[in-house]
Amino acid sequence: MEFDPVLISRIQFAFIISFHAIFPVFTIGLASYIALLEGLHFKTGNRAWAQLSRFWTKVFAVAFGMGVVSGIVMSFQFGTNWSNFSQASANFLGPVLSYEVVTAFFLEAAFLGVLLFGREKVPRGTHLFAACMVALGTFISAFWILAANSWMHTPAGVDFRDGVFHVTSWTEAIFNPSFPYRFTHMAVASFLTGSFVVAGISAWYLLKGHMVEANKKALSMCLWMILFLAPAQAVIGDFHGLNTMEYQPTKLAAMEGNWETQAGAPLLLFALPSKDEQGNLFEVGVPNLASIILTHHADGVVPGINEASAAEQPPVSIVFWTFRTMVGIGFLMIAIGIWGLVLRLRRQLYEPGLFHRVMPLMIAAPFIAVVAGWFTTESGRAPWLVYGMVSFSEGITPSLSGWMAVVSLIGYMAVYAVVYGAGGYYLWQVVKGGMDETVPGSDESGAHPKRPLSGGGPIGNAAPAAPLKGDWT
Amino acid sequence: MIDFTMIWAAIIAFGVIMYVLMDGFDLGVGILYPFAPDEESRDIMMNSVAPFWDGNETWLVLGGAGLLGAFPLVYSVLLPALYLGVFLLLAGLIFRGVAFEFRFKASREKKAYWSTAFCVGSGVAALAQGIVVGSYIQGYQTENMVYTGGAFDWLTPFSLLTGVGLLIGYALLGSTWLIMKTEGSVQDWAYRMTPRLLAGLLSIFLIISFWTPLVDEFVRDRWFSNLFVIWLLPAGAMGCAYLILRAVRRRDEGLPFVATMGLFVFTYLGLLASKWPYVVPPDYTLYDAASAPESQAFLLVGVLFVIPVVLAYTAWTYWVFRGKVRAGEGYH
Repeated sequence: MEFDPVLISRIQFAFIISFHAIFPVFTIGLASYIALLEGLHFKTGNRAWAQLSRFWTKVFAVAFGMGVVSGIVMSFQFGTNWSNFSQASANFLGPVLSYEVVTAFFLEAAFLGVLLFGREKVPRGTHLFAACMVALGTFISAFWILAANSWMHTPAGVDFRDGVFHVTSWTEAIFNPSFPYRFTHMAVASFLTGSFVVAGISAWYLLKGHMVEANKKALSMCLWMILFLAPAQAVIGDFHGLNTMEYQPTKLAAMEGNWETQAGAPLLLFALPSKDEQGNLFEVGVPNLASIILTHHADGVVPGINEASAAEQPPVSIVFWTFRTMVGIGFLMIAIGIWGLVLRLRRQLYEPGLFHRVMPLMIAAPFIAVVAGWFTTESGRAPWLVYGMVSFSEGITPSLSGWMAVVSLIGYMAVYAVVYGAGGYYLWQVVKGGMDETVPGSDESGAHPKRPLSGGGPIGNAAPAAPLKGDWT
Repeated sequence: MIDFTMIWAAIIAFGVIMYVLMDGFDLGVGILYPFAPDEESRDIMMNSVAPFWDGNETWLVLGGAGLLGAFPLVYSVLLPALYLGVFLLLAGLIFRGVAFEFRFKASREKKAYWSTAFCVGSGVAALAQGIVVGSYIQGYQTENMVYTGGAFDWLTPFSLLTGVGLLIGYALLGSTWLIMKTEGSVQDWAYRMTPRLLAGLLSIFLIISFWTPLVDEFVRDRWFSNLFVIWLLPAGAMGCAYLILRAVRRRDEGLPFVATMGLFVFTYLGLLASKWPYVVPPDYTLYDAASAPESQAFLLVGVLFVIPVVLAYTAWTYWVFRGKVRAGEGYH
């Protein structure tokens, strides 16, 4: 059987980036949360902040470790599977990715050591500083990687000569047309992801009556975040969509399932797009709504997929459905935010009930939304690696045979199944183990950073919290 | 006109040796795992590198990204040429990377699995890197700046030997690191391991030195031309080997590690001097492989400002975690 190296490499990249993406999107949000907790503890001396910070640092360590190793794989994929693309775009992507390493990765890695292992070795203020540096590093990293990714969608500031990109303006290339929207969208997605994970676990702990004081604080904070950020994300997403209509009209048409360029386009709620038929087999829509959303006129013109030739059309069904998945979850998040506000106003936020059972289930939501969003934007770019300029088949490694791509794909799948299966299990163990009540060196009287672990705080000699029995299924 | 390409060659060369020395010792600790006296020693060994491994490995990512930025041809020929080897390297790094977190969270029975993952992962990664060195000495089949060879061209008896050489070399970095960072039974054991590893390394070093001029005409000419300076490099390496032996006999704690780093630096410089100025042997030099001058310049501005800062805070973290690692300490 012959395998197509281009197709297998695309599947391989999609597989690896999907696994990788869920870790940064979580750790970016969580790093800022930990820095905030450390700051609150530093300022108020309240033990609850320290308990939360300690617990979430443990979760962060596992998630960050998995993010790092899958990220290393990513950085080599360009060269192994897409060497012609690497060669063509090296003048731009090389410096940008290098800047990511020197300005972000080193910062994260060095201060992560101090954050995780240095609590008893450095003064409290220095530990707080380390937490801030880790958080800053995650953002700088997102800045560069999204600059690189956005440029592949909306290339700017370059001259394409003899099959190689030459940078004519670094500002135009880095701050390319889709970058501001993509970066903001991902940053907010990270905060939402962090908020939903922390809120979900906190709600579950409240159900169990575990560390109530600290978890009330955590749940409350996260719900404020969700209340404001979920609607803000919808607005940012809308702006991003307008940008896509301007620069990647075919992708936008696929997101809408709109085959013919038309005025007064309906917003399709359900459809079965078919590339063979160059149309939808079935559709249910709200008349004129797509035009209203995209052009702010009832009879505004919305581009159609068949403006591009069949060979240059993206996989419409994937784009159409992943987009709806993302948007649907977005509305669900807004609803959760409002629900939380209603409970808060009724002073029922901390009373164990349905809300506390729903929140743990919602932990999956932001991750699904992020992966779905990535599928929308990345499949929507097909068949282009650099939009309109370098296609998949031009970018592939010439010496790569189908079987090599298959062998490595199966290999990565096997490795990831073991590693991420185990990682999920250990994360669950950390959560099930509960928070540690003993927080040394954090009594109100001031810092004693060098005090050994067994020295004890106000309740320092108390036994560690008993592990929770995980009867939540 | 500033020669950016030459500056970049120096920066990349610096990045690579930083990676080898720094990730070398933590990979080495993993390689030594099966020989450790007991489980408690393994805990101590892992804790001695836990705060640093992530930063150390970042130099590898810098090497990859830096090559793409400054010498894209090296990136786009070597990675396809080493495709399956790169997969093994990455799989090894994945397993050992997650083992740092997973091993301490595992139950007593499962802990052994993650010890194995740490050890085998470190070993495979080290072996794969050594094979890269061997394949580099052998050279790559290219046409029009594209790799045209087969999937297994990198896998030869010669490259396997360089692989084993680097594996033992990393183990030596690991054992001398442990001499410096531990005490008691772990340190005693590391003192015993060091001379054996050194002996193994030197024998492979010797075989490679005789074999290399046989597989590579260019290196033969370089070694036996008028460039006598080149012989100072292996002489320096031998001097370092002597220092290690003497320091171990006197039970010096810091010197064995420093001298092992010296051994690596001299060997590395020897390799560079033998192949200079070819970066994709046998066909392409530094200048053939370079990216556009404006890209090299743009990246250079940042790197020259940022790398000193990176070095400063990296040094600071090593200082924070200075001194001996003791049992039960160090994990968050």
